[in-house]
Amino acid sequence: MAVLTMAKALNEALRSTMEDDPKVVVMGEDVGKLGGVFRVTDGLQKDFGEARVMDTPLAESGIIGTAIGLAMRGYRPVCEIQFDGFVYPAYDQIVSQLAKMHARSRGTVPMPITVRIPFGGGIGAVEHHSESPEAYFAHTAGLKVVACSNPVDAWSMLRQAVRSDDPVIFFEPKRRYWEKAEVDTRAPDDPLWQARVVRPGTDATLIAYGPMVRTCLEAATAAEEDGRSLEVLDLRSLSPLDLPSVVASVRRTRRAVVVHEAPSFIGIGAEIAARLSEELYYEMEAPVLRVTGYDTPYPPSRLEEEYLPDLDRVLHTVDRSLAF
Amino acid sequence: MPDATALTEPPIPSSPAGEVPVQLLTPEGERVSHPEYDVDLTDEEYRGLYRDLVLVRRIDIEATALQRQGELGIWAALLGQEAAQVGSGRAMREKDFAFPTYREHGVAWCRGVDPLELLGLFRGVSNGGWDPQEKRFQLYTIVIGSQTLHATGYAMGVQKDGAVGPQADGSEGEAVIAYFGDGASSQGDVNEAFVWASVYNAPVVFFCQNNQWGISTPTDHQTRIPLYRRAEGFGFPGVRVDGNDVLASYAVTRKALDDARQGQGPTLVEAFTYRMGAHTTSDDPTRYRLASELEAWKLKDPLERMKSFLYKQQIADADFFAELDADADALAARLRAGCLQMTDPAPSAMFDRVYAETTPLLQEQQAAFEAYSAGFADAGAVH
Repeated sequence: MAVLTMAKALNEALRSTMEDDPKVVVMGEDVGKLGGVFRVTDGLQKDFGEARVMDTPLAESGIIGTAIGLAMRGYRPVCEIQFDGFVYPAYDQIVSQLAKMHARSRGTVPMPITVRIPFGGGIGAVEHHSESPEAYFAHTAGLKVVACSNPVDAWSMLRQAVRSDDPVIFFEPKRRYWEKAEVDTRAPDDPLWQARVVRPGTDATLIAYGPMVRTCLEAATAAEEDGRSLEVLDLRSLSPLDLPSVVASVRRTRRAVVVHEAPSFIGIGAEIAARLSEELYYEMEAPVLRVTGYDTPYPPSRLEEEYLPDLDRVLHTVDRSLAF
Repeated sequence: MPDATALTEPPIPSSPAGEVPVQLLTPEGERVSHPEYDVDLTDEEYRGLYRDLVLVRRIDIEATALQRQGELGIWAALLGQEAAQVGSGRAMREKDFAFPTYREHGVAWCRGVDPLELLGLFRGVSNGGWDPQEKRFQLYTIVIGSQTLHATGYAMGVQKDGAVGPQADGSEGEAVIAYFGDGASSQGDVNEAFVWASVYNAPVVFFCQNNQWGISTPTDHQTRIPLYRRAEGFGFPGVRVDGNDVLASYAVTRKALDDARQGQGPTLVEAFTYRMGAHTTSDDPTRYRLASELEAWKLKDPLERMKSFLYKQQIADADFFAELDADADALAARLRAGCLQMTDPAPSAMFDRVYAETTPLLQEQQAAFEAYSAGFADAGAVH
């Protein structure tokens, strides 16, 4: 057992998959000598060489496009997109090529590619450095989309993502990179595509992923002082969505609040609300409510605390749910 | 058995001959001639260029200090690139239009953008700041390379408007300049901009500041040939200029812009310079480059050579330099005070101007946001 930051846990996960499989290659902007702008790939080039940890030219479409070619040749690329807002030049390669290759080749051309993307706000950054683009990818058939929320999951989820023969868009909550936890690297991995109840409760379920899991846990702790018992469900996987776990939790609590930084419109919360209304229409005490970023461009950083869901907004919405 | 270690780095050829940058002022401040490029400036204009260099550097240093003191979220320093920016910025004529990255503080200065607007961006109070039409200077673009296509499209518009070539009012038409860096030269957008500009013969100058580093990635990871030679493959001229030489940067850009405005199409200017500082204040260049490289470039400092030239040619005297220092101090003081006084925008402003015609759902969301926020204000008043 070691106490690791999320960034270090991800680093160890990459190291371990690279040790296990010589076909795993890491590629991206500044991932080599610098170790990535968040140091997630720190030391990997030094230990595995420039052939396996590639400082690529500065072109995101090129990173994903060549990763697709490397995968066709039998490699297992792990691509880093430096910031969420920089993924869009690669969007065509991801959506039109990466996502569809398995289906159109009738499974003869698997795409075991992991695309790591630091995402979300809260670090006081300039434009294009604080976005939450997960819905674009979850909307695309052929991609799997996950988001880790803590160092333990960062370790086990990234290892499984790299080993997956499907393309995985792996979202890392950048504002949680430096949070620490004890990580047992010998413990069996929780299956990648499963949600997890991270705090049991009885009055309502907070459904979150990535950076908002901690926010929800804090909200649940605060609610407890008011005698309210909130369950917190960490989705972990956004696509596939672990619907049975979501339904099981909300069937118990009969109220659901979905929390994400991404805007609400056509977001993950909208999908969950639709599914819950299909599955639990007669059992819920309140409509599914959402606490999300607003349907605006991500604001200048001095306003981001107003934009991002926080403990108060979560509790305010829980109040609304309980008042139904 | 093949394995991943069989991947090899491409051989990087040694730099071919014939790529000596255009230079009009040596690092020692000696004026030299070039067969194709020259400047013929008045003493006042020479002093003006030096003044720009000094003030722009002072803006940069003050901004870096403000970031260190927590007043800015981040700052992307232009240190070392003053001559490339001032030279090209002053080469623009009044109607010319510039499309910057996020590091063109020197060009912004030349276009009359108040440096406080730049500080506002990096402080996080706005994502824009100035009126691009008024300044003939577009908003900063952070996503790498995107603005080169915008510049090209704008130039195509200039062309469609008949604003290329001699004009009825006696002027010589408009030109556009797109700024980008060595890293950006790898982006698809930049290469597409080259294609568009070329086939439409658009009046645009691609001004690449090759500062040798894309964060930690050296230029030889972006290209195997000198960047200016890329232009040939796209069908237009490319020229490498000493980007630490303000006179050469001015002369080469002036000619490229004038060629463009006269209908001769695009030029790629590669300003060979050096990023003396970190990529941004979040970066630590000691992790990836040698101090000796920095020392070598210090000897090519763009300000020192111009100062030396002014002294040697007796274009400026001690009084001029003293006055300039005082002006720089005053500018820095104004920026510091202005930055500290900057107020955050009203939170509800994030809903404003998302669309030209706003939408009912967004208005509803804004109303809910305002009601929710007002609840806190009320609660605060009660307690």
